[in-house]
Amino acid sequence: MNEHYLELRDLSISLAGRTLINVDTVVRGGEVLTVMGPSGSGKSTLLAAIAGFLPADFTMQGEVWLDGKRIDPVPAEQRGVGLLFQDPLLFPHMSVAGNLRFAMPAAEQDKTERLKAQLDEMNLGGFSDRDPATLSGGQKARVALLRLLLSQPRAVLLDEPFAKLDTHLRNDIRRQVFARLSQAALPCLLVTHDAEDAAAAGGPVIELAI
Amino acid sequence: MAGPVVLGLLMVILPAFGYLPAVGREEFSTLPWRDLFSAPGIHRSALLSLVSGLVTPIIALTIVMLFLAGISGSKFDRLIRRLVSPLLAIPHAAAAFGLAFLIAPSGFIARLVSPVLSGWQRPPDLFIINDPLGLTMMAGLVTKEIPFLLLMALAALPQLDPGRRVMMARSLGYRPVLAWLFTVAPALYPMIRLPLFAVIAFASSVVDVAIILGPGLPATLSVRILGWFSDPDLSLRLMASAGAILQVIISLTAIACWLLLEKVVGHLWRYWTARGQRRRFNGLLLISGRIGMTVTVMLLSASVSVLAINAFAGPWRFPASLPASWTWQHWANTASNLVTPVANTLLISITATAIALVLVLATLENEQRHGKSRFTALWLLYMPLLVPQVAFIFGLVVFTETMTWQPGTWLVVVGHCVFVIPYVFLTLSEAFRRLDPRWVHMARSLGASPNRIFWRIRLPILLGTALTASAIGVAVSVGQFLPTQLLGAGRVPTVTTEAVALASGGSRNVIAVWALLQSLIPAAGFILALTIPRLLWRKRRAMQESA
Repeated sequence: MNEHYLELRDLSISLAGRTLINVDTVVRGGEVLTVMGPSGSGKSTLLAAIAGFLPADFTMQGEVWLDGKRIDPVPAEQRGVGLLFQDPLLFPHMSVAGNLRFAMPAAEQDKTERLKAQLDEMNLGGFSDRDPATLSGGQKARVALLRLLLSQPRAVLLDEPFAKLDTHLRNDIRRQVFARLSQAALPCLLVTHDAEDAAAAGGPVIELAI
Repeated sequence: MAGPVVLGLLMVILPAFGYLPAVGREEFSTLPWRDLFSAPGIHRSALLSLVSGLVTPIIALTIVMLFLAGISGSKFDRLIRRLVSPLLAIPHAAAAFGLAFLIAPSGFIARLVSPVLSGWQRPPDLFIINDPLGLTMMAGLVTKEIPFLLLMALAALPQLDPGRRVMMARSLGYRPVLAWLFTVAPALYPMIRLPLFAVIAFASSVVDVAIILGPGLPATLSVRILGWFSDPDLSLRLMASAGAILQVIISLTAIACWLLLEKVVGHLWRYWTARGQRRRFNGLLLISGRIGMTVTVMLLSASVSVLAINAFAGPWRFPASLPASWTWQHWANTASNLVTPVANTLLISITATAIALVLVLATLENEQRHGKSRFTALWLLYMPLLVPQVAFIFGLVVFTETMTWQPGTWLVVVGHCVFVIPYVFLTLSEAFRRLDPRWVHMARSLGASPNRIFWRIRLPILLGTALTASAIGVAVSVGQFLPTQLLGAGRVPTVTTEAVALASGGSRNVIAVWALLQSLIPAAGFILALTIPRLLWRKRRAMQESA
């Protein structure tokens, strides 16, 4: 399997003529690039731009390349860029299995068996038919992570993914997320204002000012 | 939506000046206008329409504003909020019949107080229903428009954060009701102005309620126009067209008067606010708002109950409060006549609503996908509700006749769509646009195409709202009298046209059967709209809470 890598080529985002962010970097597979900055510095906007959801008031210059292909002109759903937010955003009208199946590529074989194996591996065995609303915070976070991985992304963007978790859960979930992401050898971009997140990620850090 | 309205108006202007090839008139003249103004009592008819168009919104708005000012989250407030939608679903004609049976000299209220309190052994000789001043008609309109305005206001309020405004004003020493009236009401008013204009246009041109509760000799302008238009003597159509133009002028005049009134009240408001009056009248305003709303809700609920009593009443001599016995007889007698109108009503309302739902969803989805500027020209969408029905529907009839399209069910469906679409759009658009965009972002980042997201994410999450919008659409369609009567050329009977046709001279029991049916169909729609999501999402807690 070829190694995934995400390139931000002289990427800059501006709002009403004012440049918020200017990045030029490469994130290798299994590496986590952390972008830190206070709220309002535009770090979430950077993720939105890479994922393909830049609000219309912002303008983006530069290019985004993934695995040697330019992806910034491609529609969001074809970019292969997965997202993890601070809210798990499990679709409220689907069961746990429904959420996971929604993420799996249509062509995949033996979905049911794969699902079961993956749930067991995440210590979520027997949760298939559960209503997401009845899960604990940590369980929701793990389902969200599993859903992300099952969609087979080629890069992952994390937007303060641990901010809403209780302190005792946060370390545990953080460890699991980074372990799974590095196991999958995915290039990751993390935005956070929590220095512990940056330390746990263990990769390079970009600090943004306002 | 503006298209059919403009077309209808254009097609009524030509005949108003004597040009109607369909009846062999091809010369322009002012004869229709001279005929119109020499019709007996025409000035009184026009004045009745104008007054109704002003009195109705003034009373309805006052009660709604005072009630909202006093809202404090009590059990009473919650009960009213819960009753608003079902009360709104009662068609105008059914509510009007119920009110008539309630307050007529031989009606339910008179029976309750007789003979013990009133001493009446026979129905008193009072002119309550069809009173020459149209007071009963206006009362009927006010009770029906209050739930509409209340629903519109409740939908707009959360954006204003009324709690914080009131808290701020109270900390400056204002009593709660005054605090609301000074800080929230001026911000809320512009947000319900369009619906209010719709109420003015409706109250000044209503047909079915005016036939049932309104004065007889002379009737309101709209009722007389309908009479001339349906007259076998086709030449009266020219005069009817001139009348339709006059109707537009009357409704515009009512709106102009309202704008003037707005200025005056605005000045008074600023004066009062600037005086810093903090305490006086607080209690009085609170009480009057509560009383107004309570009377409205009670009148509407009692109207439906009285319909039900009448529909099953056996022999019922005057002073008796309740019928001597109960019977299915009226239903059995009407049963054979019910089938076609009920089938038509269901077919037309469901088809029109389905068309409206597809169009509205497509518009909203398109807006989301292409990030196009929101459809902000709300007044265009509102146009069918702002222009008097009598005016442009006649024009549409003239147009279909010119095109030699056969009047019939499909034309009626199209006519209903003109009124159903605005309501479906208004109900659905806010929820559709406010849906957290992160759901869609998440789904797309998982590789789902826009179509898949629409069917699997957006539509299911908004299912409850879409069903409510559909129920409102069905209710709007079921209540339509004029478009059904005219575009169907009287040959497409629905429960509404049948009920209104019985207004003069039908037996109370038979009218009650029809009016009750007319209310039951929208009620069934609302029950389905509430039940389906509950059943579907019974294992999804987050969906239950949002429903």
